[in-house]
Amino acid sequence: MSEVIVITSGKGGVGKTTTTANLGTGLALYKQKKVVMLDADIGLRNLDVVMGLENRIVYDLVDVANGMCRLKQALIRDKRFENLYLMPAAQTKDKTAITPDQMKKLCQDLKKDYDYILIDCPAGIEQGFKNAVAGADKALIVTTPEVSAVRDADRIVGLLEAAGFEDPKLVINRLRPDMVKRGDMMDIDDMIDVLAIELLGVVPEDEKIVISTNRGEPAVADESSKAGQAYRNMIRRLEGEEMPLMAMENIEPSFMDKLRIFFGLKARAR
Amino acid sequence: MDFLKIFGRENVSSKDIAKERLRLILVHDRANVSPKFLEMIKSQLIHMISDYMEIDEEGLEVKLTRMEKDKDITVPALVANIPIKKVKHLAKI
Repeated sequence: MSEVIVITSGKGGVGKTTTTANLGTGLALYKQKKVVMLDADIGLRNLDVVMGLENRIVYDLVDVANGMCRLKQALIRDKRFENLYLMPAAQTKDKTAITPDQMKKLCQDLKKDYDYILIDCPAGIEQGFKNAVAGADKALIVTTPEVSAVRDADRIVGLLEAAGFEDPKLVINRLRPDMVKRGDMMDIDDMIDVLAIELLGVVPEDEKIVISTNRGEPAVADESSKAGQAYRNMIRRLEGEEMPLMAMENIEPSFMDKLRIFFGLKARAR
Repeated sequence: MDFLKIFGRENVSSKDIAKERLRLILVHDRANVSPKFLEMIKSQLIHMISDYMEIDEEGLEVKLTRMEKDKDITVPALVANIPIKKVKHLAKI
């Protein structure tokens, strides 16, 4: 059974592209899945740069949708990771260059040959968002522990529900354990409480993300990266493994927090 | 929210302030209620009540908030604070 998962957030800059790159790479690398990462951010493409594949683009999403090339011609095979492919967005066009119906068709076609299709959704709630979610079966919502990002995430939850997505999952990105400890940053419970959706995982703020993005190598492949570990855990949950939030994800919890995690706050897959 | 005021903001961690603000923002976002819409309710309330009472129009406050319905279930609530200046004779009948 193949699955189309859209990675969305509403607000820009919270880590949709990084999440897409790391989950996609991880599923191919650790689970031997055939994965396509699809950049739906037409006009502002970035997934290619984060993946270090920017020099290999010939055709793009819009070319495929408009029949200018065959599907396979636009898919860039990542030579470092077996079974990993990138479908880049067009850079010179805008969000209206494709339609939701074209996206649906494209996703259907990709599902025939690949296990996972991860769609990197553009920021915002307009046409680009509508295109990106059109062909998706499931949705992930990325947020950071900031009022603005959580507010936008809530808007997205509403829009996704209206579009028929049953239970979108939350990815909390760039959590800073030191600030949470001081009471100066919302913790995991706070955000789940406010948004009332299920958690897929928590990624701690990690300098290694910046370094790996500089190099165009996803952090998920770096065994020493804390953020990488968080992505590896998420991959296992996506694959249906029951994985409690690890101490590192919940970052030096108090005794009461540990109790709470033990009794309830388990991130379940599905 | 009130207990935050009693102890003064300095003693409250900024994350609690963030959470409380978010909750109220989301009540508005989810209900899709604009300030203009609240103003409409306000002016109609004034209009209706002034037949019976003289009210302090400046002090009148209409806001969306949250209310605990049952344990663990909060629902959006419309709260109106209407300071009365004088009850009109008609109301005593």
